Amino acid sequence: MKKLLLASLFMLFAGPLPAMSPEQQGREIFETIDKRETGFGDSRADVKMILKNRNGDESLRLLEIKTLEVIGDGDKSLTIFDSPRDVKGTAFLSFTHALTPDDQWLYLPALKRVKRISSANKSGPFLGSEYAFEDLTSNEIEKYEYKYLRDEQLNGTDCYVVELKPRYEHSGYTRLESWVEKDRYLVLKIDYYDRKNALLKTLTFNDYRQYLDQYWRSLDQSMVNHQNGKSTQLLSENFQFQTGLTERDFDRNALKRSR
Amino acid sequence: MRIILLIMVCLLGFIKTVCAWEFAGYAGIESLGFINDPMYENQHNHYLSGVVQPEIFHEWDDGRQSFAFVPFYRYSQYDNRRTHFDVRELTWLKAAENWELRVGIRKVFWGVTESQHLVDIINQTDLVENIDTEDKLGQPMINLALIRDWGTLDLFILPGFRERTFSGVQGRLRPPVPIAVGDASFEKHGIEKHMAYALRWSRSFDAWDIGLSYFYGTSRDPLIFVEFNRLGEMRLIPHYDTIHQAGLDMQVTEGSWLWKLEAIMRAGQGKTYFAGTGGLEYTFYSVFDTPLDLGLVVEYLYDSRGQSNNALYVFEDDILVALRFGFNDVQSTEILAGVLFDRTSSAKFYSVEASRRLGDNWKLAVEARFFSGASSTDQAYFLRDDDHIRAELSYHF
Repeated sequence: MKKLLLASLFMLFAGPLPAMSPEQQGREIFETIDKRETGFGDSRADVKMILKNRNGDESLRLLEIKTLEVIGDGDKSLTIFDSPRDVKGTAFLSFTHALTPDDQWLYLPALKRVKRISSANKSGPFLGSEYAFEDLTSNEIEKYEYKYLRDEQLNGTDCYVVELKPRYEHSGYTRLESWVEKDRYLVLKIDYYDRKNALLKTLTFNDYRQYLDQYWRSLDQSMVNHQNGKSTQLLSENFQFQTGLTERDFDRNALKRSR
Repeated sequence: MRIILLIMVCLLGFIKTVCAWEFAGYAGIESLGFINDPMYENQHNHYLSGVVQPEIFHEWDDGRQSFAFVPFYRYSQYDNRRTHFDVRELTWLKAAENWELRVGIRKVFWGVTESQHLVDIINQTDLVENIDTEDKLGQPMINLALIRDWGTLDLFILPGFRERTFSGVQGRLRPPVPIAVGDASFEKHGIEKHMAYALRWSRSFDAWDIGLSYFYGTSRDPLIFVEFNRLGEMRLIPHYDTIHQAGLDMQVTEGSWLWKLEAIMRAGQGKTYFAGTGGLEYTFYSVFDTPLDLGLVVEYLYDSRGQSNNALYVFEDDILVALRFGFNDVQSTEILAGVLFDRTSSAKFYSVEASRRLGDNWKLAVEARFFSGASSTDQAYFLRDDDHIRAELSYHF
């Protein structure tokens, strides 16, 4: 953080910017996003997942998601399932890391069993939805290689288009293309390309709201799978920030008493 | 006027509290069908049964305190021992920054392996529910967990011994005569018979999850002794010794590999013995770029007591090989198929478990279990004609 500040101060006084490579430019855009995100502390939200198949049949999942910001490492998160009712009380604890594999535990309420699970399931679907595990974990700068591609308008909004290549193991993607709004540095759209570099999914972020005068969250996200015709909508409600959650709310003991 | 106001305030407070109560649970019907005709008198080929398990839950103090009540009832056709009621949970919890206190009836699980649960010792097995020993009776307890930098230390006082459940005279999956539940004998009497104490230290270090445990008190699994009454009829009497048991459970999670080990040393039930289960689980995620996860489970089971003794089941030199299919579909379809085989005798136990959600609230679970090759000296010999298929349809609310 201090280094970043120093670096930007230095740049201010260093006079005209030397031309940056597309890689530097892409990374800088995402560092700016990351900087604006820093300091949220913790958050909690109720999430409704609507899964739609090709015929338009819907099925619903209700989740509560708690997140703890960890400075210097990936965030910790606890996801508690409320619906479907046969998995009510199941909880998923995840410690994300920049480059080493994440730590993940699952709590199975019927057996009262805490299971450490492999985090190699990155590309697997989360709860049968079109979201993969890797789409839902926190975005650490070091997880990707960046490349600025072009400026482009998206529905009349000026955006940077940046390519991201996963640097972590077991990803289901060769690359992502991300549309970042220039004004507020918000990601508006992501195209995901599969291992064969064919367009797999598109995620769009709608209904951005600002919290604590700083942090933007999209309350309506939609993931469309172009290859199987299915989609998943993710609606967030009751977003709260700095609710006083601590490390203790994200340990295996807390996992056992989540409900 | 003031009184009316007071009553109204109380009433509002009451309604508000009541609304914060959560209600959930499930009810189901089960069909338990046996492939072969029964070996013993009074047994049947097919049993229908119904089960209900509601859950009442309340949380306050910003989630730092909670109350849970989970009663359980199963009605089974014919088998009066399988028709049973239990309080699975009736507990109050208080969580503070570096400790958690739980008082009441609860279930606690320890362990990592799939084939058997050696280390798991707090609760009594509700064996009439399922022979996989994963169903447990509620255990009264006071449990204080100390949560520190060096790990979590759980201390348990366990008053109120629960006897293991066994099939009745009309039930299957039993020896030639039913086990004489209620006539059990104990090493200790009075209050001592009812008491047990336990502690467990657990911690995660990077890829390692480790637990060390100790238990002292009345054993959860009985030895079975043959007795003859005055009429010369054979009876099978469960005997519960007072035991000391030290346990270790460990898992290393590396990429797609899970390495697992459970080991116990038990004294007080015949000669001091050692038992262990060790193995691995490897998962192929997103097989052929489909959502399917395919897991391979291999475990070795060892018990130093060897084969012949009065214990119910001893896995003294056995291997489990199983495949786990996770379809990751909207209906959460899962299949676990495996075989447990004895390396010294030729006894084999096959098991297939499958489950799938139907719509939003229904779930169908099917289990098929087959026994083969048990010799007449093996405890599994009694089960040689008890191959069965169990199907349960449940509604979750």
